[in-house]
Amino acid sequence: MSTLIEAEGICKSFGGLQALSECSLTVPEGSIAGLIGPNGSGKTTLFNVMTGYERPTSGEIRFDGASITGATPEKVFGLGVGRTFQITRLFFRLTVLENILVATQRHEGWFRSVVRRAGSAAERDRALEMLEFVGLEQLANSPAGNLSYGQRKLLELASLLVADPAVLLLDEPTAGVNPVLIEQLSERIRELNRAGKTFLVVEHNMEFVMGLCHEVTVLHQGRTLVSGTPEEVRANPAVLDAYLGGGDDDDF
Amino acid sequence: MTARLPVRALLVAIAIVILGVFPIVFSNPTTTSIAVFTVIYMVAASSWNMFSGYSGYIALGHAVYFGVGAYALTLLANHLGFAAGWGVFALVPVAGIIAGLIAIPTGLIALRARRHTFVVITIAFMFIFQLAASNFAFTGGSSGLQPPTPLWSATSYNDHFYYVAAVILVATVALSWLVRRSRFGLQLFAIRDDEERARGLGVRVGRVKLSAFVLSAIPIGMVGGVYAYFLGQIFPQFAFDPLFDLSIALMAFIGGLGTVWGPVLGALVLESLQQYFTVQSGASQVYLIIYGGLFLAVILLLPRGLIPSVEDLIRRWRTRGAAQDRAREDGEGGRTGDVVKAAGAR
Repeated sequence: MSTLIEAEGICKSFGGLQALSECSLTVPEGSIAGLIGPNGSGKTTLFNVMTGYERPTSGEIRFDGASITGATPEKVFGLGVGRTFQITRLFFRLTVLENILVATQRHEGWFRSVVRRAGSAAERDRALEMLEFVGLEQLANSPAGNLSYGQRKLLELASLLVADPAVLLLDEPTAGVNPVLIEQLSERIRELNRAGKTFLVVEHNMEFVMGLCHEVTVLHQGRTLVSGTPEEVRANPAVLDAYLGGGDDDDF
Repeated sequence: MTARLPVRALLVAIAIVILGVFPIVFSNPTTTSIAVFTVIYMVAASSWNMFSGYSGYIALGHAVYFGVGAYALTLLANHLGFAAGWGVFALVPVAGIIAGLIAIPTGLIALRARRHTFVVITIAFMFIFQLAASNFAFTGGSSGLQPPTPLWSATSYNDHFYYVAAVILVATVALSWLVRRSRFGLQLFAIRDDEERARGLGVRVGRVKLSAFVLSAIPIGMVGGVYAYFLGQIFPQFAFDPLFDLSIALMAFIGGLGTVWGPVLGALVLESLQQYFTVQSGASQVYLIIYGGLFLAVILLLPRGLIPSVEDLIRRWRTRGAAQDRAREDGEGGRTGDVVKAAGAR
């Protein structure tokens, strides 16, 4: 399997705080990769750097072999890297369907984007198809602000899918979601993965990560601690130390 | 959906007819003068809403483009030797384009900031332009400028300006409607709700915001030109007027921010009332107290503005009707699933 997206030697500091130091991560094409680590270990910062929301102090991000370091979020998404947010973000005053239509990628001139109606018939069909995929088709015309927390997570996923990105970066997809929806979510992720999509998932829910991911990377204090299969990671004493606090590290 | 469309089309047709025959029915020059100001403000509020209402960036410096339009028309008419008459109106689109060009650098600078900082920068621009107009020689300094005065008869004098402004109004509202249903409009609404996420979904936010900003400056520049020609003289403090900014924002808020018809309705009510009170009482600042009271009333009673509140009422009334239909259908062993779907689709 070739590498689809990778971070190499990423350092990121905010003022005096070193959030990431020499952090590296590779996600092979067609895999479901997991990224775990104690609170404050830099997982979300790494996501932000990989998707253009933060510029790394040093290091390089490569997507499909080409460097995307310092590209804007809109550019990164256009290339095929989609992400969700830890605290779900939606366009609350738009309808569920419109939320998805925002993400459809259409390359047209500015003038056409003003005079043509949003969402062609084909785009609407595709958006509805995505809603059906996550089980929200009944709610297509209600305001996104009316959705429950779990439904919001599903809508966030559906709006990425409409643009057909090659890799999806999910930031804590199960946080605050009820167990039934978690099951549905991991089923959808597996189904998409079988169809060829690559995933990188940040998670605190160990059961979810260990059951879903092919490979897991552990971050600790901004550094890559270990990388390997779920079994390897689970058996690694350094990981236990990082989570439970060993030596002079104390994260709790 | 299909039943609603003709009703709306009919309402729009009626509105255009009223707009067209107004000066014929009410030909008193005092009334038509109020009408000219009202239509000018209807354009301004509608155009301002196309940027601020749709994107959520509250700009309080669009008087810059109003003033630029006013000065551009006057300077061009005077320097190019336009004879007073219909010909000067040919400069109205030029005034709009110049205002649009000025909106490019000012917009680029202001849009580097978000929310509150953005508001402050737009206000600062307004005062910079006012100061510049009071101090440059070519703008006539604080004594202002006079465009040519046409020799039309007093009875129909206002009508010329009224019809030019009315044409701009129809075009602006049509543009606003077009933007609202377009992909560009959807991107603006996405920016209003969550700009960071919009970027994450591939919306080129810089380009979208700036083009909406420039687009909203053009009709305002055009009516700025009409305003200057109508008054026959312009001064820096009236061309670049902070009250202009507050007024158009208030009109949009009262009518319904981000809707097509809200700002138009808000301007119709507020500007005609203001002009009426000015004519009646002679004290031209009394309207400010009324504005303040109205603003408080709207914030307290109809926080989303007139149009959305009325729409909600109608919707509630309709869904109550639909609920009764549903109850009847269920009684006859109706297909509940389909009704739920239909209710979901409104």
